[in-house]
Amino acid sequence: MFVNNDVKNAMAMEERHVIKLSDPDHPVILSTEDLHVYYGKKEALFEGDLEFASNQITALIGPSGSGKSTYLRSLNRMNDRIATVTGKIMYRGVDINQPSIDVYEMRRRVGMVFQRPNPFAKSIYDNIAFALRLRGVTGKHKLDEIVETSLKQAALWDQVKDDLNKSALALSGGQAQRLCIARAIAIKPDILLLDEPASALDPVSTGQLEDTLLSLKEHYTIIIVTHNMQQAARISEYTAFFNQGRVLEYDTTSHIFTNPSVQVTSDYVSGNFG
Amino acid sequence: MNSKTQNKIAIGGLYGIAGLVVLILLALLGYILVSGVPQLSWHFLTAPGKAFLKGGGVGIQLYNSFYLLILAMLISFPIALGAAIYLYEYAKDNWVTTTIRTAIEILSSLPSVVVGLFGFLFFVVKLHLGFSILSGAFALTFFNLPLLTRSIEDSLRTISDVQREGGLALGLSRWETVTRVILPAAVPSILTGVILSAGRVFGEAAALIYTAGQSAPALDFTDWNPFNISSPLNPMRPAETLAVHIWKINSEGIMPDAKAISSGSSAVLVIAILLFNFAARYLGKRLYKRLTSA
Repeated sequence: MFVNNDVKNAMAMEERHVIKLSDPDHPVILSTEDLHVYYGKKEALFEGDLEFASNQITALIGPSGSGKSTYLRSLNRMNDRIATVTGKIMYRGVDINQPSIDVYEMRRRVGMVFQRPNPFAKSIYDNIAFALRLRGVTGKHKLDEIVETSLKQAALWDQVKDDLNKSALALSGGQAQRLCIARAIAIKPDILLLDEPASALDPVSTGQLEDTLLSLKEHYTIIIVTHNMQQAARISEYTAFFNQGRVLEYDTTSHIFTNPSVQVTSDYVSGNFG
Repeated sequence: MNSKTQNKIAIGGLYGIAGLVVLILLALLGYILVSGVPQLSWHFLTAPGKAFLKGGGVGIQLYNSFYLLILAMLISFPIALGAAIYLYEYAKDNWVTTTIRTAIEILSSLPSVVVGLFGFLFFVVKLHLGFSILSGAFALTFFNLPLLTRSIEDSLRTISDVQREGGLALGLSRWETVTRVILPAAVPSILTGVILSAGRVFGEAAALIYTAGQSAPALDFTDWNPFNISSPLNPMRPAETLAVHIWKINSEGIMPDAKAISSGSSAVLVIAILLFNFAARYLGKRLYKRLTSA
């Protein structure tokens, strides 16, 4: 048993292909170095050193339990109370994975949207405005303006502009998810992390969400975990393939899907396992 | 016996048990209401009691019950809220929280007469508070705290963790997430819990006999200076409540219409508690609706 695993691990170690980015138009904004994540004693992620290009969409794909969500949630320290994360997370030259970092401030730069839409039990307007008010943005006019731009960027404005005072819990799944995106971008983050944002949505809503993301990359760097390989292929510039807690392959999306360097990646993207 | 007949027998048995419970409850309620409601009148509800003559009311006792309830809630709610927030939102599962939870559990199953005797020794005697509303309110706090804490903790538990993550992901601190996201969403169910526990406190007698006392001195409802002994607001005066009144009349009442007064008081008590329960349901539902739909 042990021998088998060691052999497998050794083989997996050898067969890796992770590129370094060098696109001057889209400099690296976020990168991880020697990142390890432990749940208790169990190591869930042990090989995840990636670089993310600004104003691009990067997709993280891989089978269930491959560590991609664990990795994503570590990036804005959402795992702080759940897991132990060691290593460096460099954001604009600063290691944000150190105790002295103000995580609350950091999360306003690195926003997150979750798998299940989680609008708050407040009006649509307040879902977006209340976090701004807490940060000292007052003034009705200013708030109105931010709410409107955020909802427009999330492609939700036209559907809800007359119902801003209605409860957000009455929205459909797709609308609720776009409200969550609007809420996240209202505080003007640099980076937007999305953890399978479309997995609870129907195909039409998914399509709309993808269009929204494509239009958002002009302003934000987007990192998205997805189970849906077509989705990754449709919207992302770069793709990282996770397997058994490590990144096996990282390259441009076209490379990953048309000519993967690693056999396991090839098997996964062609649907042979996962 | 095949499984179909078995199932039928089981269902029949369960229906029977449920029916029996409902029947006992209705009989009890019916008896109290039928014997009590005819005694009710405006005079009965507002007049002070008479010790030896017939025709006394329960006005003071009724007022005392409400005043004591409000004081007890004012003391216990903030503590219970804080404890519940700490236990559910902050504390990690370790031996400290396990100990606290066990303590709460034991405290909640403490017989109320024990709470009353503890209150007598500690608040009335040791702290020299005497037989007073304040002693009673503290005793009721002890009696109420464990259940209220648990009910608020349960309310917090009903709010999904994705809401907490949502708050944190917007850069809110844990405290901001709790106060701005979780508590507002939990208000309907917290309110329901508070009102239900209010009903329990309202009907409590044993914890009050030796703390708030068994006498209801006359009150002057025009005097609202809490430092005057006859003021309704004075927390240092002895204050027999409705529930204690019922117990007392039945054990040592010497007025000629003791039975009628006891029946009437019981009816008032039961009706008040029923009203608390209906109010809890109504307000909880309404608030939930307001929060979740347009």
